[in-house]
Amino acid sequence: MLKVRDRRRAVKGLASELGRLMEGERDITIMHLCGTHEDTVTRYNLRSLLPKNLNVVPGPGCPVCITPDTDLQMAFHILEKENVILTTFGDMARVPFEGKSFFYYKSKGYDVRIVYSVFDALEIAKESNKPVVFFAIGFETTMPSTALAVLDGVENFYVLSAHRFFIPAMEHLLSFDDVRIDGFINPGHVSTIVGVKAYEHIDVPQVIAGFEPEDVLLALCMIVKAIKRGENCLLNEYTRAVRYEGNVKAQEVMDEVFNRVDWEWRGLGIVKNSGGSLKRKYEDFDALKFFEDAFKDFEPREDKRKRACRCGEVLRGVATPLDCPLFMKACTPKNPIGACMVSFEGTCNIWAKYHARKDNR
Amino acid sequence: MCIAIPGRVVEIDHPFAIVDFKGTRRKVRIDLLDDLNVGDWVLVHVGFAIQRVDEEEARKTVELLEQIFGGI
Ligand code: SF4
Repeated sequence: MLKVRDRRRAVKGLASELGRLMEGERDITIMHLCGTHEDTVTRYNLRSLLPKNLNVVPGPGCPVCITPDTDLQMAFHILEKENVILTTFGDMARVPFEGKSFFYYKSKGYDVRIVYSVFDALEIAKESNKPVVFFAIGFETTMPSTALAVLDGVENFYVLSAHRFFIPAMEHLLSFDDVRIDGFINPGHVSTIVGVKAYEHIDVPQVIAGFEPEDVLLALCMIVKAIKRGENCLLNEYTRAVRYEGNVKAQEVMDEVFNRVDWEWRGLGIVKNSGGSLKRKYEDFDALKFFEDAFKDFEPREDKRKRACRCGEVLRGVATPLDCPLFMKACTPKNPIGACMVSFEGTCNIWAKYHARKDNR
Repeated sequence: MCIAIPGRVVEIDHPFAIVDFKGTRRKVRIDLLDDLNVGDWVLVHVGFAIQRVDEEEARKTVELLEQIFGGI
């Protein structure tokens, strides 16, 4: 948005404004909900510029990270039992379950293909006689694209949905006793779809923010001012991309194809109305339905290798990667143990990449 | 994964458009947006244009920034 020189001035100016605003104030903790925000905050070392009484903590804003092991185990189960082509996004392909990942299966000769878009998966289906399963992850940002693919109705194309609606998770976060949240920085890209209106019922100060460092700091200034005034605000800093109504067309296709059911999230447990399962009328494209028989003997297991992994607490904002004894020891971006170290939007991966230290509170 | 990247629409052939991302051109689905025109800025996520970027609003945000930390 700004030129580099102007950005430096903006960041400096906004940081000192925040210092002024927070002088003599009680501690304030703002949770952001998007891996890309964590990337901005850590890449530009913004936490080191914030006053000591203002905490910015990352929440569950990484779709790969919050996808629980059961979903992954289900995808692997289909791969092992059925003669399919399995397609998924690259970020998901390295997440291990019991030491195996999609890339592991690929190396063992299973037909796993990494796609950039669900339409690549559709193209693969059109050219093949085999069933093509799309392991679908992502929040409201991504769900409309999967919905459109389902509406295209290609016969041998099946969705194994691990999609999650994000808004219910925000309400859910407020119900934890150990999670302190004075305000949210709402996820920018989810917001382009759901619009400002989707957050109106959530009872905590919120600001929708863009992804440049000056966006995040400006959003913080806006929300801190409102918190100081005791207002329960819903502000929008990202007006260049987020409108009140959001993308209505995208909302319509998403609601046409997906139900809202109670599904588990890594770190959060069961979140009411957050799971995007395919509606009955689209069950012909639902991998769970089509491969129903394969799941008769399915038993979710716990991955013993992840016992010491603290991803769950990192996703709730109650621990940082530095609290994890495995961080940069047994668990590294090259050899990840938990999902938060795999995904480019995972807090552990981001902290590893930018060598975050203790002062990255 | 949840990242969306801004680019400018250079060609439209429904339901696709060619979008220019700082010199790299990609074919993108545009059927989640109505009334898109060549020259518009869009945010693209997993091969889909998910929202328009409003240049007027972008300018306003810069103005707001200027107000807070003094003229750039
Ligand atoms: S560093 Fe690795 S093991 Fe520790 S919480 Fe992060 S992903 Fe899990």
